[in-house]
Amino acid sequence: MDITRLTAEEIREKIEKKEVSALEVTRAHLDRIREIDGDLNAFITITEEEALEAAKRVDQKVKNGEKLGKLAGIPVGVKDNIVTKAIRTTAGSKMLENFIPPYDATVIKRIKEEDGIILGKTNLDEFAGSYSTESSYFGPTKNPIDKERVPGGSSGGSTAAVRAHEVALALGSDTGGSNRQPASYCGIVGIKPSYGLVSRYGLIPLSNSLDVVGTFGRNVKDATLLLDVIAGSDINDPSAMEVERVNYLESLQADIKGMRIALPGEYMNMPMDSRVKEKVLEAARLFEKLGAKVEEVSLPHAKYAWATYYLIVVSEISSAMAKYGGVGYGYRTEDYETLDELYIKSRTEGLGEEIKRSIMAGTYILSSQEGKKYYEKAFRVRALIKEDFDRVFETYDVILSPTTPNLPFKLGESVKNPTEMYGSGIFNIPANVAGLCAISVPCGYADGLPVGLQIMGDRFKEINILKAAYAFEAELSLGGEHSGI
Amino acid sequence: MAYKTIVGLEIHVELLTKTKMFCHCKNEFGGDANTHCCPICLGLPGALPKLNKEALEYGIKAGLALNCQIADRVKMDRKHYFYPDLTKGYQISQDDNPLCSKGYLEIESEEGPKKIGIQRIHIEEDTGKSIHTEAGDTLVDYNRAGVPLIEIVTAPDINSGEEARMFLENLKNTLKYIEVSDCKMEEGSLRCDVNINVVDTETGKRTNITELKNLNSFKAVATAIEYEENRHISLLKEGKNTIKETRRWNDVENVTVAMRGKGTTDNYRYAVDVDIPPVTIKEAWIDEIRANLPELPHAKKERFMREYDLPEYDAGVLTQSKELSIFFEETVKLCDDAKQVSNWIMGDVLRRLNDEGIEVGDLKFGPEDLAALLKLINDDKISNNIGKKVLREMFETGKKPEDIVKEKGWIQISDEDELKQIVGKVLEENQQSVIDYKNGKDRALGFIIGQVMKATRGKANPQIVNKLVLEAIEEK
Repeated sequence: MDITRLTAEEIREKIEKKEVSALEVTRAHLDRIREIDGDLNAFITITEEEALEAAKRVDQKVKNGEKLGKLAGIPVGVKDNIVTKAIRTTAGSKMLENFIPPYDATVIKRIKEEDGIILGKTNLDEFAGSYSTESSYFGPTKNPIDKERVPGGSSGGSTAAVRAHEVALALGSDTGGSNRQPASYCGIVGIKPSYGLVSRYGLIPLSNSLDVVGTFGRNVKDATLLLDVIAGSDINDPSAMEVERVNYLESLQADIKGMRIALPGEYMNMPMDSRVKEKVLEAARLFEKLGAKVEEVSLPHAKYAWATYYLIVVSEISSAMAKYGGVGYGYRTEDYETLDELYIKSRTEGLGEEIKRSIMAGTYILSSQEGKKYYEKAFRVRALIKEDFDRVFETYDVILSPTTPNLPFKLGESVKNPTEMYGSGIFNIPANVAGLCAISVPCGYADGLPVGLQIMGDRFKEINILKAAYAFEAELSLGGEHSGI
Repeated sequence: MAYKTIVGLEIHVELLTKTKMFCHCKNEFGGDANTHCCPICLGLPGALPKLNKEALEYGIKAGLALNCQIADRVKMDRKHYFYPDLTKGYQISQDDNPLCSKGYLEIESEEGPKKIGIQRIHIEEDTGKSIHTEAGDTLVDYNRAGVPLIEIVTAPDINSGEEARMFLENLKNTLKYIEVSDCKMEEGSLRCDVNINVVDTETGKRTNITELKNLNSFKAVATAIEYEENRHISLLKEGKNTIKETRRWNDVENVTVAMRGKGTTDNYRYAVDVDIPPVTIKEAWIDEIRANLPELPHAKKERFMREYDLPEYDAGVLTQSKELSIFFEETVKLCDDAKQVSNWIMGDVLRRLNDEGIEVGDLKFGPEDLAALLKLINDDKISNNIGKKVLREMFETGKKPEDIVKEKGWIQISDEDELKQIVGKVLEENQQSVIDYKNGKDRALGFIIGQVMKATRGKANPQIVNKLVLEAIEEK
């Protein structure tokens, strides 16, 4: 038996039944990481010692007959913009290369409480600010399906690690598609919860009104299991809603007869790879076969989503990045005479191009009269986009679209054409702008490359997208391309 | 030519909440450097602020005491700038929707009562403190980072240094009354910046506004305003103008010195802090806070005049600080004669406090001790003059007045037989004075009485001595 081939659900079951020990599971995955990650580069930091200790504690519990947590013995990867106590957390930046947080993010605490085994911190675009994981100070991650291609981003380290069986589950974060786009590119399941469902305490912010922590698994059930663990209100995050702890896993069922599914005309008419479009239309037909009702709808403000998102995201990035100045922690330039020089050089040398581009744009927006006008307009349009969705969700349970308009691109291509890369998040950002939930689930392969289906749901209606994805996954046969890594 | 000075104040006041504004760290002055800190007030990556309801409540209290309107919805904004004592690269503050607005505070100006407008009061977090060492290093102590503040901005209604000083005295008094701050300028819990310019009332020509910083006392505020108004006026007289700039008060040389380069305008890139959800302030909550506000200085002064029949001046002095007014009322409760208590407090007690630069709270004795002292006097146990000596002892040692009188043997002699003997002896020794008095030299009587007091080391009851001396002279 190759342990790394097991699902999270199977791992927990086998540990409980004493068919395998948590230590064996952990070692098998650490071996796998040692074997392939030198090439793949999904991890920035591997926490072998802590993981083995945690595994031993689980085995002790098994031995003592104690109640096991929901994640007992399951190897988990954590995107490196989620802080971990006493374990360095870099956000993929030179700025935080040696930053060791004194506290755990709320989501990390919950994983530990449920006996999950954190194997390490995964690679990402610097501060989660792009779509390919190439802007990481720690080098790009390769796509396990085709090593000449990017895994997507910014959670590319997590999605690659899950797809390559280095871990069974992983955490990511999603500001404008960073959970869904790389899940699509790596052919796995990625959930972007509603804004406020999961605590952001300990998530290093990129854009505070858009960021959410999300989960990855190789199937819907696994990704849902991790979501169940991390979701729910938190006194440390006042913007997290008063949502009780959830148990979506129990309500998952493959019967979706009568589900009302919307297919937005504006999305389907946007420029996209024809192979992607074909797969999504096939998916829509499959839903009909499952007894759902699929209809075309209109989201009239969809075309403004990108501009709205951009104005908000760069403004918030410029503010969120203001704390990195080389004073209390983080990178400090070697060579400075004055205080101004300390700030300018530390930031110039410690932050990467992509983030600095956003800081420049955001600073302009917040400091100029013109910029402020755009900024305020963006907030008004944001309300209109929300209204579009509210209207659709009055009648429909979920909205279907491609996760990305394209297939995974080659490493280095985005540097030549950044706008095309930004375009890969075009179907993702509306969910962030409107605070909705969404999931990306594999819907087929085109020329050996995975295509993701995005299912969006109303705020805090996670159960609808999870049910739809679960039923779809159960019905779809993905074939050899899907498992052969 | 006539000139009018126009002054507006910006006052930062630290609130006495138990914990900081966005975390559970203790809000306490002092402590070893960087010991009252956590990921939130240090602004570590990923940490999120949580608005302390108590800070909001204290801000509302201050607003109500200063006759302000209270906003029905509060949002927090980020004010961006770079400085090492600022942990996040932005300060959480309020930009366009302050918690309180449109209030006023009254002062007694030379022309009578005058309302000084309060444009706004907003809540914000304090920064850490930079410490520049002799070796040239800069160290930062973040214990103060995240301590809640209110910033009070007055209308430009103040027209002199003295008015500014009076306003600040009143403000401090009011905020201490409602117990939202201890307003200690020396500990930095009250800080004041001044905006000043001068207008030539004949030509209408105005000087550019100067901002004054580093004002460490109310007196410094008044003196600095006077210095600046002269500077502005002399420039106007020369046909020149000031430049819009920030100047630092040098309290050694008593001059202002240009601080920042001219022409730089601050751009704080204000943006909503989305980490802190907006708070709706319900009318019922404001009503509750209003109902629980303690009696404010002005109301208390009126009541003292009414209830204790005190002159306006006395009532004003006694209510100038909450502690003093409480000390007064507690004493009166125990010994009835309000005017007598007022005289003692306004005289010997306040003089001593002012001389030593201490406050009522620093006294070694309480109202019950002052009341006991007055009772000794009123019961003719000691004379008024001995009473003053006893009070001095009380200041020094904090001992009970009864014990002091006993220890020192200061109990008044009222026994007529005993005094008769002493009087007789004194008259024997001072026959010339007796003759002088009989010859119409009234002063001689005073001398004789003085000799009797001296012989008893001040303990004789002066009224009785007076009577006995007159009787004895009659008999001669």
